[in-house]
Amino acid sequence: MSSITADVVNPSASTVKLESREVTKLEPLNSVALAVEEAGAQVTATSKSKQTVRTVPYPLVVAFSAAGFVIAAIVNLVFPQVAPVEFKQGQIWIFLLNGQEAYLFLLAALTLLYVIIGVVDARDPHDASRFRYRAQFRFAAGLALALWDVTGTKLQVLPQPFFPGPSQVMEPFVTDGAYVALNTFYSVRLFAAGFASGVVLGVLTGVLIGWFARAYYWVFPVLKITGVIPAVAWMPFALTLMPTPFIAAVFLLLICSWFPVAFLTAQGIQSTPKMLVEASRTLGAKTPYILFHVAIPHAMPSIFTGIGMANSLSFLTLVISEMMGQPGGLGYYIDQAKAWSAYNEILAAIVVMAVLFSLIMKLLEVVRGRVLRWQKGLVK
Amino acid sequence: MSVATAAEPEVSPQVALGESIISIKHIERDFVGDDGSVTQALSDVNLDIRKGELISIIGPSGCGKTTLLRLISGLDKPQRGEVTFKGHEIEGPNPERGYVFQQGSLFPWLTVEENIAFGLKAQGKYKEHKDEVGEYLNKVGLAGFEKSYPHQISGGMAQRVAIARALIDHPEVLLLDEPMGALDSFTRADLQDRLLDLWEKYHMTMILVTHDVDEAIYLGNRVVIMTPRPGRIKEIVPINLAHRDRVSDDFTAYRKQLLTKLHFNVHDHD
Repeated sequence: MSSITADVVNPSASTVKLESREVTKLEPLNSVALAVEEAGAQVTATSKSKQTVRTVPYPLVVAFSAAGFVIAAIVNLVFPQVAPVEFKQGQIWIFLLNGQEAYLFLLAALTLLYVIIGVVDARDPHDASRFRYRAQFRFAAGLALALWDVTGTKLQVLPQPFFPGPSQVMEPFVTDGAYVALNTFYSVRLFAAGFASGVVLGVLTGVLIGWFARAYYWVFPVLKITGVIPAVAWMPFALTLMPTPFIAAVFLLLICSWFPVAFLTAQGIQSTPKMLVEASRTLGAKTPYILFHVAIPHAMPSIFTGIGMANSLSFLTLVISEMMGQPGGLGYYIDQAKAWSAYNEILAAIVVMAVLFSLIMKLLEVVRGRVLRWQKGLVK
Repeated sequence: MSVATAAEPEVSPQVALGESIISIKHIERDFVGDDGSVTQALSDVNLDIRKGELISIIGPSGCGKTTLLRLISGLDKPQRGEVTFKGHEIEGPNPERGYVFQQGSLFPWLTVEENIAFGLKAQGKYKEHKDEVGEYLNKVGLAGFEKSYPHQISGGMAQRVAIARALIDHPEVLLLDEPMGALDSFTRADLQDRLLDLWEKYHMTMILVTHDVDEAIYLGNRVVIMTPRPGRIKEIVPINLAHRDRVSDDFTAYRKQLLTKLHFNVHDHD
């Protein structure tokens, strides 16, 4: 009897509405409720399931996800260009193209990408329901691009030249791609060097002041006073005292990420439950072992909170210090573009930052998830 | 109150399990509070524990029973008097005296298996004794939960992990600080029987701190009754049950006797 009900319920429960993280979550509840009703009166249950679960076939969802970008491409091709904008031609690899063509290529790539993701996700029900959940947003993103395109340089509804359209924003990548890449590389290198050394130093300091009372006494007040100063305030000193501007910027990134990491590491170490320390002592662990195998693992969640804070602060410090006295970097690129009032170049650099910083955040999230995998399922 | 100081002569002659393994002589332990007030946690405590004994320590909260256990483990030190283990003064914690805490003493970032192996790894002898981890996991009935994290298992299972973690170092004495205090009565009864099995199997000395009279009688060869302010041993009651049966007449008689003694103290101490 129960197996029959389950068979009846499952197909209707597993098909999910389009707008539906909530629905996916409620699935078990729904099916339980349905099963109960079904046991009572079968007719009402089936009519009810038809009512509550309205579904869109999966292929349509995939088409819907990509449709926004197709619409954006059509709008770009069909809508006449009102403002007198000429597109410069550039070269990517062996392709000669201008900003508008690059924009159309991007839209085509996005369309293709989401179709491929849709097909791949179809194989796993969990991935498929996530794809459904995101479909609306992806459609809206395409529409937003179309709207930007129309209201920007096409109709000039938005004041020019402050709001260049997507085609103009794509232009620097084709006409000046190598230079953008060079500056991006400069930023990445600076970020990697400064942020990494700041995190390492922060963890070391944090462990020292969290574990040794004497280090806490001498170092913690210094940390507290110097830590609240925004790192960029030291820039004049850094630029004059350090051998190269690059090292000066590394130094600024280092101190801006050092403080939150050190502070939160110390806090994590100090909050190690006494019981865990005592338990390890009764199990024969000596002090160094307790530090590395009890106190530091216990502090890990806290350390990652500090690293997250350091990460955001580093982005800020990175761009500001590049805008003031660096020979390269995305901030430097923006500063140069500002002098020429090349707002499309500024937006292009901002787009690169958005992508780059999101990738870095994602990377950190992955590392954090791996290190703290024991926390999975723990309500915090 | 002459009973309290006369603890030693009261040791039952019937419990002749082996030579003395832990000897506690004239222990004093004070704690100074934040406001400068001094609490006498233990005052002139004397106790002799024999090898292979299972001894229960019972008393109301604040009677110093946990402090006494911590002194035996070496986690705490007395201000006066001495605690000796096999004739040597206790310097600090040592895995030969295993300790099981009330709850929440597992390392949350380690799996069940890794928690049990902690002691071996800390002492650098994990490689030679690797196989024992699985063995002890089976002994406490947790096969299949090797890779679970502490927050994924129940409180009773967590305590079994804590026991296995202490046992893997082959301790001569197992100190149990209200290990079943936070468990429901069914889980508690199950764990009590498991402890008895382990005790019988390994001929280990066990010292159990508890606030549950039934548990003290059910498990103990002797029940040490303690009274608070200052913490003292009031009396030591030898237990001789024909067989461990929670509803037998013997058991009920002991229960009545202990309850009277504990209750009597409540009205008597001032």
